[in-house]
Amino acid sequence: MDTSLLEHRPGSLDNDVEYTTWDEYYLDGELVHRSAHVTLKQMPSLVSGTVETF
Amino acid sequence: MCTSFMGELMTATHNFTTGTGNTFKAALYFASATVNAATTAYSTTGEVTNTSGTGYTAGGVTVTNGTSPTATNSSATAGVAYWTPTASFQWTALTVNTAFDAVLIYNSSASNKAVSVHTFGSQTITAGTFTLTMPSNTTSSALLRLSTT
Repeated sequence: MDTSLLEHRPGSLDNDVEYTTWDEYYLDGELVHRSAHVTLKQMPSLVSGTVETF
Repeated sequence: MCTSFMGELMTATHNFTTGTGNTFKAALYFASATVNAATTAYSTTGEVTNTSGTGYTAGGVTVTNGTSPTATNSSATAGVAYWTPTASFQWTALTVNTAFDAVLIYNSSASNKAVSVHTFGSQTITAGTFTLTMPSNTTSSALLRLSTT
């Protein structure tokens, strides 16, 4: 494949829970590759696990 | 953190000791699946499946446990115990065109009992790699934290 024909569309998301980056490559407008890397910043609190009293 | 897991801590169901402890695994779930604090065990229902190829295997990947849990006091009446896997979870040569947004950590040495569910922004992967990197293993950001205040 002639990689010069690929269009690269990177992206990112940053919030309290995660920092995420992704790389998308398109060939003639069609997505042919997408990778993503999610870095968790802290545990999303479905249940905090905190005991309120000692 | 799954509610059943907190109860199971009181019955010594889970052992996070490095080397001699249990084996934990991490499985991905579609955004349409119901995995939350009420999840008690791993299930294939709603688990990610390959759109094409074989990049994802049912059951997920084995969690690397290079550091045993740490417990520390912050005062005479407060403290925290915490643990974080020591390597990222990664799937390569993966194609999943249906959005997924959650990972379930479970204990494959103890009847696949659930430990915790962690959600993130929905993702799809096309002939690529999905990497889930853990937070820093500290009192305030570790993946699993049990604390008194």
